[in-house]
Amino acid sequence: MSAMPLLELRDVGRTFSAGIFSRRRVRAVAGVSFELAGDRPEVFAVIGESGSGKTTLARMILGAIAPTAGLILFRGRDLRSLRSSHDRLDFMRAVQPIFQNPFEAFNPLKRVDRYLYASARRFAAAAGIAEAERLADTALHQVGLTLAEVKGRFPHELSGGQLQRSAIARALISRPSLIVADEPVSMIDASLRMTVTNLFRSLRDQLGVSIVYITHDLATAYYVSDRIIIMRKGEVVERGDAAEVLRAPRHPYSILLKDSVLSIEGANGGDATPSHATT
Amino acid sequence: MFAVLGDLLRVNREFALGVLLTGIVVVVALASLFSPYPPLDVYVVPPDVPPGEGFLLGTTSRGQDVFWQLAEATRNTLLFGIAVAAISRVIALTVGLLAGYLGGAVDRILMSINDTFIVVPLFPILVLFYFVMRDRMSWAMLALVMACLGWAYDARLIRSVAMSLKTREFTRQAVFSGMSTWQIVTQEHLPYVLPIVFSTTLNNLNWSIGLEVTLSVLGFTDVNTPTIGGMVFWANQHTALVAGIWWWIAAPVVLIATLFIGLFLIAASVSEYIDPRSRLARIGAAK
Amino acid sequence: MVVARQDPAPPAASTSDNPTALSVRDLHAHYRVSHFGIRRDVRAVDGISFEVGRNEIYGLAGESSSGKSTLVKTIARAIRPPLFHVGGEVVFEFPDTGRFSLYELPEEDLARLRWRHLSYIMQASMSVLNPVRRVRHSFADFAFRHIGKRAPEFWALVAGHLERLHLSASVLDSYPHELSGGMRQRVTIALATVCRPDFVIADEPTTALDVVVQKGVLEMIREIQQQMGSSVLFVTHDMSVHAYLADRLGIMYAGRLVEEGPTREILLAPQHPYTRHLVASLPRIGDRSERHGLEGRPPSLAAPPPGCRFHPRCPLAMPICAQEVPPLEDAAPRHRVACHAVKRGSA
Ligand SMILES: Nc1ncnc2c1ncn2[C@@H]1O[C@H](COP(=O)(O)OP(=O)(O)OP(=O)(O)O)[C@@H](O)[C@H]1O
Ligand SMILES: Nc1ncnc2c1ncn2[C@@H]1O[C@H](COP(=O)(O)OP(=O)(O)OP(=O)(O)O)[C@@H](O)[C@H]1O
Ligand code: SF4
Ligand SMILES: [Mg+2]
Ligand SMILES: [Mg+2]
Repeated sequence: MSAMPLLELRDVGRTFSAGIFSRRRVRAVAGVSFELAGDRPEVFAVIGESGSGKTTLARMILGAIAPTAGLILFRGRDLRSLRSSHDRLDFMRAVQPIFQNPFEAFNPLKRVDRYLYASARRFAAAAGIAEAERLADTALHQVGLTLAEVKGRFPHELSGGQLQRSAIARALISRPSLIVADEPVSMIDASLRMTVTNLFRSLRDQLGVSIVYITHDLATAYYVSDRIIIMRKGEVVERGDAAEVLRAPRHPYSILLKDSVLSIEGANGGDATPSHATT
Repeated sequence: MFAVLGDLLRVNREFALGVLLTGIVVVVALASLFSPYPPLDVYVVPPDVPPGEGFLLGTTSRGQDVFWQLAEATRNTLLFGIAVAAISRVIALTVGLLAGYLGGAVDRILMSINDTFIVVPLFPILVLFYFVMRDRMSWAMLALVMACLGWAYDARLIRSVAMSLKTREFTRQAVFSGMSTWQIVTQEHLPYVLPIVFSTTLNNLNWSIGLEVTLSVLGFTDVNTPTIGGMVFWANQHTALVAGIWWWIAAPVVLIATLFIGLFLIAASVSEYIDPRSRLARIGAAK
Repeated sequence: MVVARQDPAPPAASTSDNPTALSVRDLHAHYRVSHFGIRRDVRAVDGISFEVGRNEIYGLAGESSSGKSTLVKTIARAIRPPLFHVGGEVVFEFPDTGRFSLYELPEEDLARLRWRHLSYIMQASMSVLNPVRRVRHSFADFAFRHIGKRAPEFWALVAGHLERLHLSASVLDSYPHELSGGMRQRVTIALATVCRPDFVIADEPTTALDVVVQKGVLEMIREIQQQMGSSVLFVTHDMSVHAYLADRLGIMYAGRLVEEGPTREILLAPQHPYTRHLVASLPRIGDRSERHGLEGRPPSLAAPPPGCRFHPRCPLAMPICAQEVPPLEDAAPRHRVACHAVKRGSA
């Protein structure tokens, strides 16, 4: 097999014009390039400043918005050429998102399992209900849940971790080769974060799924990712092997970023610090 | 939904009164099914008999029984209002949800049409329409025209809700579950706007009935179909008030007032329940 | 202005040296949900007592869906059906209002209290901002009245405040969806702090921020707190944020407080088995050793396990754990733990 890259970004940029009448333009992403190999699945971390265009980048990779500059190729094919609904479905089968807030990721008025069935019907050609349920159950098993735990439940009846794992299971039904996860762990507790990041690892190692992992949590990025890019004001300021970059960053912003990571060793004693002696 | 309405009925006086008044009107309308006389026939009973024995609400100068005439008119007027409300709801929902969800060019086109309908002066248009159509102006035609004029404001309201739903993550989840635009709009977003639709329907009913009555009283409609406004129109034609046949006018006026107050009370008391967030809270999903 | 409570008794032995600003006593708040006609109570806050001193930052952490948001919602009296305050007291005391019990206040007083004295930043800040109006309107609606300045001065003040949160004044003219997640979060923080209230309740206010901006925001919260002598009650899953900000930390599990103490002690020498697990699962840069999430499922709050709620998942569980509820008692000075396996009162 020739090593056609799974995903390739060439000088991708995106500018928003704020409002129809104002000439104010926001450069959300500028000149971002990277490549994910087709034969070597990896967890690719994207970290960076708030407002630096990470979500915008994710949405462009997902084809939800078009870049205003540059090119995004998925398996060698320009995303802009995916016009027909058949092509779009094929693309969505291969590239799936996971969202930040598990409580927002499902319609609160609807049952969670219906998204699993919809995916099974559209992407895995499930013929009947039984078939869709079987596929949903298989996917849920991969994330440590069972259909019995999710079936017929509304989002508010599940815990944050259960919801996030259901969302991942839903993304797995179509057997994607790329998952784009935008801050998937920021709303869940430290223990669940480990459950989810361990899950990413096993998806990579066992199912060969590549993961674009957007996060503000440098410690989990260090824990799971293979490569990393650090973004600021829409641009990539540093890139490389995740462990190396995070252990010894070079760019001033990356250094600042690492220095700003708070450690639990410096915790407050909680006993009258001087500033507390007001009254 | 039904449980909520049940609760409302128990705890909310205004709502209960509104339901009672509207209920009376509906009963009168249903009575028309048992009418002993064909609605359009005239001189089937002695004319100008005052209310009392024999004829509950008296008879008209045209020899019609006021009660049965009223029942028939109420039914037609209510059906008219419901038809207008239903058609205009369908238009408002389709335009509002699609414009809000699809955005872009579709949104701009739909909204410029919408704005046109919001600013056109209704009454002159309807009167103009009557003069153009003249005898071809039927009941159904009028309902259609009014439905086309009555959706614009509500479509805007629905669009704004759809726009904010579009930015929610679950909409993207639905897209990547392979749901079609139609499925997303009807299954994911529609439940959020239904409460709004429910309350605007009541307002739209009131509006369309009011306009129809006004037009009929002035004779700008097909006066051969008995409606509440039509009754008043014929009474005026026969100078009923001057002739002392007050019951011919009083009956439709009292009835339409009852209906207006009833619908208004219902709409006002449910409007605090239309906020989708409080609906969410009730099904237990508020965060 | 606000009804002062007559109750003369001071709150029971304050766990901090400052005067108390908030004391919560045996608070219960339930979600009353009905499913096909069967009513169930989800006991999301089930008998919680603690105090926050004036000038103190109190952190709350715990398992996802253990009731942290419900607790702070109840403390802010920002509850609406199906959430009900079922029992217990929330008593505030501020310099210029005196003592008052929140659930005994009439609605009008509550409205006057909001933003000015007590402000509440809720989880998922998107919901505060109206999606179809520009951010500017939110400031006009919430803060203008309370600040009592003329419009130009007010907007200058708002712009200055936004700047301290690393935001330019142009966000005022944006719609919420045009802002990134972190920008939206900072806008809500700005809204809640621009009036400089006595007590700030913040539910996950920095989850969407990068660490640099987060540090700035935390510094600002701290600065306001110190200048004003105000108190902060702060919920987050990020333990390093607690380490940086909180004076004391409370850990929740399944609707109850299971451990409480000075932040340093909790993070460096946790005593409750749940807290120990939580702290041990924190990853660190420079350490890739395998870490695991908690086994088993979180308990149902509608039918919680008897005795200690952690016992089905606890490595130290003993027979008594399934029968008796461990009380939240001092294990060390100012350090309370609810566990049968922890030795008591080395005072
Ligand atoms: N629809 C839009 N219209 C106008 N500007 C936008 C729009 N979406 C994003 N932006 C702008 O683009 C920039 C990047 O936003 P983006 O959401 O990609 O940041 P981010 O890196 O995901 O930030 P965060 O970490 O806070 O989530 C921001 O300045 C934002 O205001
Ligand atoms: N409206 C509701 N109806 C029924 N149960 C609810 C409702 N809202 C929340 N719950 C339940 O109450 C419990 C506590 O929820 P809460 O939001 O307070 O948790 P949390 O500790 O803030 O979690 P997180 O860290 O994920 O934000 C959860 O089990 C949740 O499922
Ligand atoms: S009381 Fe028992 S079950 Fe609960 S935490 Fe302590 S040892 Fe574990
Ligand atoms: Mg983002
Ligand atoms: Mg919460």
